[in-house]
Amino acid sequence: MADIVIDRVVKEFGPFRALQEISLTVNDGEFVALLGPSGCGKTTLLRIIAGLETQTSGRIVIGGQDVSNLAPRKRGLAMVFQNYAIFPHMSVFENVAFGLRMQKAAQAEVKRKVERAAALLHIEGYLDRYPAKLSGGQRQRVAVARALAVEPAVLLMDEPLSNLDALLRLEMRTELKAVLRQAGTTTIYVTHDQTEAMGLADRIAVMYGGKIDQIGSPLEIYATPATRFVGGFIGAPPMNFIKVRCHGGTARIGDATLPCPSTVTDLELGLRGEDASLSANGSGIPFDVRVVEPMGSHLLLTGSIDGQLARIVAPPVAKVNPGVRVGLNVDPARVTWIDSATGRAVARA
Amino acid sequence: MTAQAAEIPQTRHRSMSLPSARRLLLWTGLAVLLAWVLVPIYLVALGAFGGRLGVFRWPKSIWPTDLSLAAMTQFLAIEGVFNALVNSLIAAGLTVVFSILLGAPAGYALARYDFRGQNAFRLLVLLTRAFPLAILALPLTVSFIRLGLYDTPFGVSLIHTVLALPFAALVTQSLFMGIPREYEEAAWVFGCTRFQAFIRVVLPLALPGLAATAIFAFVISWNEVFAASILTVRERTLTAYLLRILAESPLHYRFAGGFILIIPSVLFIFAVRRYLFAVWGIASK
Repeated sequence: MADIVIDRVVKEFGPFRALQEISLTVNDGEFVALLGPSGCGKTTLLRIIAGLETQTSGRIVIGGQDVSNLAPRKRGLAMVFQNYAIFPHMSVFENVAFGLRMQKAAQAEVKRKVERAAALLHIEGYLDRYPAKLSGGQRQRVAVARALAVEPAVLLMDEPLSNLDALLRLEMRTELKAVLRQAGTTTIYVTHDQTEAMGLADRIAVMYGGKIDQIGSPLEIYATPATRFVGGFIGAPPMNFIKVRCHGGTARIGDATLPCPSTVTDLELGLRGEDASLSANGSGIPFDVRVVEPMGSHLLLTGSIDGQLARIVAPPVAKVNPGVRVGLNVDPARVTWIDSATGRAVARA
Repeated sequence: MTAQAAEIPQTRHRSMSLPSARRLLLWTGLAVLLAWVLVPIYLVALGAFGGRLGVFRWPKSIWPTDLSLAAMTQFLAIEGVFNALVNSLIAAGLTVVFSILLGAPAGYALARYDFRGQNAFRLLVLLTRAFPLAILALPLTVSFIRLGLYDTPFGVSLIHTVLALPFAALVTQSLFMGIPREYEEAAWVFGCTRFQAFIRVVLPLALPGLAATAIFAFVISWNEVFAASILTVRERTLTAYLLRILAESPLHYRFAGGFILIIPSVLFIFAVRRYLFAVWGIASK
């Protein structure tokens, strides 16, 4: 078990700066997800931690030891690759045993640890098969078993579920969480899928443009995004951003008013679709409904507030017709105010 | 009911006709290809084993008549033929070893690393084939004599390696490109040095392709006449030796010589065919 300290890591590919001074501390036994759109540098950061890529500057410290310039095999970590990278010329047993064999473990110990990892991931049944004969989900399990068999201090995962179909992904996600909790391994998990990150991680680091925009628990990140990007990236539907002007601590939208931070005038109101409720008498923020989509668990209303696109989540039984104007009640404590100029959230009072 | 009954055989007939037409085409193509390769070999074999009279008989019989090993044994008994055969095998074997040992690392470097001058290097490797050997013949002979390489199978194999190397480098390059980098990276993460990762993971996966490369090198060396002729006097390779003696030999000896030239390539390809199919199986996926 070990903690990971990422200290001002920079990575440049020629003139392109893929990572700009990333700092991040992952505590012992913690599960941190690196979440972001493709090209945000999350995989590059993971590969630098693994030693598969060399940082331009900065340090990686694992368990108190500076591993910045060590070869991957000396860093005491295991990794699950996006395409699994299961060796096709070895049986499942030999694949899972690979790391132990390289550590020159005794045959009895190899057998014991392989069988334990296999049992954990339910692949005992096909230890003597070859990867070509396995389905995608089974290969995924083999890849995780191979990583867990060496009982690594640190486990790195690079979009391990992205090649599975939706149903299998859900199943593996739940199972992965249970298995990793049991193993207590410090884990860094790269994904572009917010539901994976929210469901699995203790903390999420949202990355954008080679920087970490926000680090926090899934709930923190969801409820109090630090930037416009985080609010728009997390949540389905994404957070709505309505441009308003703030005068003397009050923002006016239609007939409604909302208290706003008075330090900045050009603000955007960050509003989660489910944080607004339909008012009974049409009072509150005016919302022009254009499309109504019944999603089963809720109604998804698309329309405009003050001429700006917004999506609102309403109870499934609500009576709303396209083309009408309804009123929205908003709890001032649950909205996020974004400074239009910087795109960053304004500090809450 | 009757209409239905009449319809069913018709559709069945239609569904059968398309695959069978395709199958016919396939088998015809196979037959033509087989004939293309096998008929000349068969005729050469007929000449080699048909004896002195069989070669000159007209009209020729398709079926072997009065088979005898006489021409073959007499041919093999000619002074120097056996020695030349051994020289050819040594030269071809060394060419295989050298071109794999030199070509595969070059192919690996081209496949895995970005380096300055990569394209220039690739072109340069190919250009060795564009350089006419005839121009090099005299200076090569002189320097081979100086170095003590003249008239040895080892010297011949060096030149053949030069000829086979472009193929070896370029074929192994595409071979290594076909093996995902993640396999190696996984091996590094799980405790391998770069060399161990290559031996334990890349090499087993590359073996079929390396076998194909070996065949190319072997056949190139085995068939090569010009360099072998100018760089040897007594220790000739089989092709070079035959070129000299067959011009003065009776026709059935020439057939025997031709047959012996064909055999090793066929046997070699037969021996590594399993790997060849594997390589094409991967490529067609």
